[in-house]
Amino acid sequence: MSAIRAGTLGSETVAPAALPQSAPARTRRGGPWLGIASALVYLFLYLPLFVVVLYSFSATKVNAWPIKGYTLDWYRELLVDRDIQESIRLSVIIGLVAASIAVVLGTLTAFALDRFNFPGKPAIRFFVVMPIVLPGIVTGVAMLSFFSMLGWQLSKWTIIIAHGTFCITLILNNVVARLGQLPRSLDEASADLGAPPGRTFWRVTFPLIRPAILAGAILAFTLSFDEVVVTFFLTGREKTLPLLIWGRLRQGISPEINAAATIIVAVSLAGVLLSNRLSKQAAIGG
Amino acid sequence: MATATAVPTLDTRGEARLNPSPFALLVTPMAWISVFYLVPLGLLLLHAFWSVDYLTIDRTPTLDNLRTVAGNPLYPTVLLRTFLIAAAVTLTDVVLAFPIAFFIAKRATRHRELLLMLVVFPLWSSYLVRAFAWKTILGTNGILNSFLLASGIVSEPVSAFLYSKTGMYITYCQVWLPFMILPLYTILDRLPNSLLEAASDLGGNAWQTFRRVILPLSMPGLLAGSLSVFSLTMGDYITPSLIGGSAGTELIGGIVADQFGMANNWPLGAALILPVLAIISVFLLLANKAGALGRGEAG
Amino acid sequence: MAQLAVSESAWSEARLLGRPSIELRDVSKYFGDVQAVNGISLDVRQGEFLTLLGPSGCGKTTTLRMIGGFELPSSGEILIEGEAMGDRPPYRRPVNTVFQNYALFPHMTVAQNVSYGLEMAGVPKVERQKRVQDALAMVRLPHVERRKPAELSGGQQQRVALARALVNRPAVLLLDEPLGALDLKLRKAMQLELKQLNREVGATFVYVTHDQEEALTMSDRIAVMNEGRILQLGTPGEIYERPRTRFVADFIGQTNFLEVDVDGWDGITVDVDLRGSGRLRARAPEGIQPQGRMTLAVRPEKISLLGDLPGSEVAGSNGLTGRLDEIVYVGTHTQYLIRLPGGQVLTVYRQNRAVGESEHTAGESLSVVFNPQSAALLAD
Repeated sequence: MSAIRAGTLGSETVAPAALPQSAPARTRRGGPWLGIASALVYLFLYLPLFVVVLYSFSATKVNAWPIKGYTLDWYRELLVDRDIQESIRLSVIIGLVAASIAVVLGTLTAFALDRFNFPGKPAIRFFVVMPIVLPGIVTGVAMLSFFSMLGWQLSKWTIIIAHGTFCITLILNNVVARLGQLPRSLDEASADLGAPPGRTFWRVTFPLIRPAILAGAILAFTLSFDEVVVTFFLTGREKTLPLLIWGRLRQGISPEINAAATIIVAVSLAGVLLSNRLSKQAAIGG
Repeated sequence: MATATAVPTLDTRGEARLNPSPFALLVTPMAWISVFYLVPLGLLLLHAFWSVDYLTIDRTPTLDNLRTVAGNPLYPTVLLRTFLIAAAVTLTDVVLAFPIAFFIAKRATRHRELLLMLVVFPLWSSYLVRAFAWKTILGTNGILNSFLLASGIVSEPVSAFLYSKTGMYITYCQVWLPFMILPLYTILDRLPNSLLEAASDLGGNAWQTFRRVILPLSMPGLLAGSLSVFSLTMGDYITPSLIGGSAGTELIGGIVADQFGMANNWPLGAALILPVLAIISVFLLLANKAGALGRGEAG
Repeated sequence: MAQLAVSESAWSEARLLGRPSIELRDVSKYFGDVQAVNGISLDVRQGEFLTLLGPSGCGKTTTLRMIGGFELPSSGEILIEGEAMGDRPPYRRPVNTVFQNYALFPHMTVAQNVSYGLEMAGVPKVERQKRVQDALAMVRLPHVERRKPAELSGGQQQRVALARALVNRPAVLLLDEPLGALDLKLRKAMQLELKQLNREVGATFVYVTHDQEEALTMSDRIAVMNEGRILQLGTPGEIYERPRTRFVADFIGQTNFLEVDVDGWDGITVDVDLRGSGRLRARAPEGIQPQGRMTLAVRPEKISLLGDLPGSEVAGSNGLTGRLDEIVYVGTHTQYLIRLPGGQVLTVYRQNRAVGESEHTAGESLSVVFNPQSAALLAD
């Protein structure tokens, strides 16, 4: 959730690969202190992640320092923990469906924004981005009151709807950026050679934006997989992995939580790297 | 192509050229967003003017909730506390963000993309994970205390890190930090080196250059970052629950979450959100005015 | 799928009937309030190489795009091979285009690019492959079928774009400044190749450029355009030697413009007075009556230094004498800038036949002559 915010407020786009590139210019400013200070800040940034991963291998039940021994027990426990497995399954399903919804809605909107001029474009982008700019709790309770009013029971579908909604902007940004890179003459060339609009889309446009769609979809999945702030309000009896962790945390820390959290970190890492690679491929090969 | 139209326009004969109408494309997404986001948002705001009658919601409009919010000293206190913590976190993060942002923007050439990814990645790895990691770090037997003990700075473990405002402050500083780094980086990246060189050429030392040139020009980026920090802090209930947890550490996000949870007073919760939204809107307007928000795609 | 190619018999029939390949009838185009094309009428002949020539913004590209179907006229009609195009989209016109930036599909190989149009027309695979090979051979690029456009040089990409268009055997080929991105040598070579292709293939070529030298080299006819109108339509020789307006004379090559007053006219030549500098005779303008103040246009290479011509040729010529202001050496020729008594400056090109530097020096008095038939009279 928060990662999209970074994309909206100050960076050009969201996908890590598509962060602004300008001609780098070296200066000698700041001397060695700048580098040292930066390194320290990086350490600060990664401290919690290191800690979680580290402790997932710790032999003691209590999260004390220093660590007295290493073990894979917690991962083993995860493997037999029914609830954890269920929640992973649920998180995956929700992520896939929500990402798909976001892909369809985001791609449609991207085409409308790229191919046409009409008043109200900024308004549309604003509405799409609103779920991100406003705090997650607002999105969560707003949807909760809505579903309640409709009499819908909270279930994975309510979660899917919420995730799909705030993931639209991820796809939108990626696809709009990619469409902007494609010269209009490609469409014209395709038409010139006898292809009506439908065939032009499938043979020319879609293959060229596919990497951007995929990159966005993977980010959407990653986001959905991690998400807790909004999900908390919209969950029925089944729990996603982060919610499961949250629930157990409220009752005190049990060590396999570290292992579960490490899994989340690993999935996120894979997602971000994959998405990054796809975005780069699109920029070069397309 | 040499002509002006990058986008096929509707010709005077009303025939769309190579693409279907924009409205056909937009109907589904806009319907979805309206139904599943805008309507719920409106509904939420309406709740602020309703009241709760045991388990059901009484829909007669009333200003009672607003009076409660204004009248009960708890709520303004909590709002203020949240605001102050957000402010403290903002200031701290500005200090922490500058070195990294400046380094990547002005000193890194070959590894720029990697360094940026390293900044962004923590955001993608679950806020929950990072927040609860701090629980481990800040505890009496945690890493921080062990470090302080070992280096002799204190003689016995400090219990005040966890379950305190200090703990929340530290946690927030870390989890929201990338939101300050990224917009600051973007703005510093655009700062022409020639400005910095001119400043030092005219006799300024590093601190003066920073204060008189870099800092003012970074304002839009700092505003964008602050907007994020405030927005996130004012809506957060996770950290107060994990790291706060004792009296005097409630933040507005936690109280709102309770109203929609155990306390089951949705109208009150909605009423409490109003001041939060107001504060965030003010920030949004300020940031927009300063040009801090993205310009969006062309067109 | 509509027929993109025109059958052989249809072509011969058209040639026999003398029906134009493309007809533009009073075509105009507005973009909002801006008028890009202003009532253009034009007949393009079967198989000819016609160039639309003009400065940026003159409407030439818009006109081309309207023929191709990428824009629709605001008013007027366009007919291709006798059929009114109406609001037909590009994929239903017997036209193919070579785009300025080539517009090759980056995710497809060269072979896939070239066979794209054939696929759209439903041509069976075996025939497609053969025609693709033939097309690539025709543009002299036989071994690049498996490569992707990004792996080719600019010149090669350009040829692929050509092949992709020509493989469909269109009745009309539109080319939108396709040589702009190539270096000079390559451009010149490609100009000749395009001309040859036009002859070989027999299709009508409509070419857009702002480079007048290119237009003169390649075209059967040139339509000089400015501000949305066709100012003059004719062969390169006609356009160059007999420009009808000042703009055309100025845009193509170099011209001296002298303001003169008309003294007399015997139907063939006109007597004019070049204020303060002497009297001259000029060619009578076509279609208008010479009177009052007009502009005399004479090209610098048509003017000779008095000493360079034998006496027999000088008789009957116009003669002017002035002060040599400047000599500029330009390799193939030398420019002489001569200031006439009335204040006008005349530029004269003298081909550098002799070896060594000019025998004249700045400041001396110099006389020049030119044939009245080289001097055109323009109204504006």
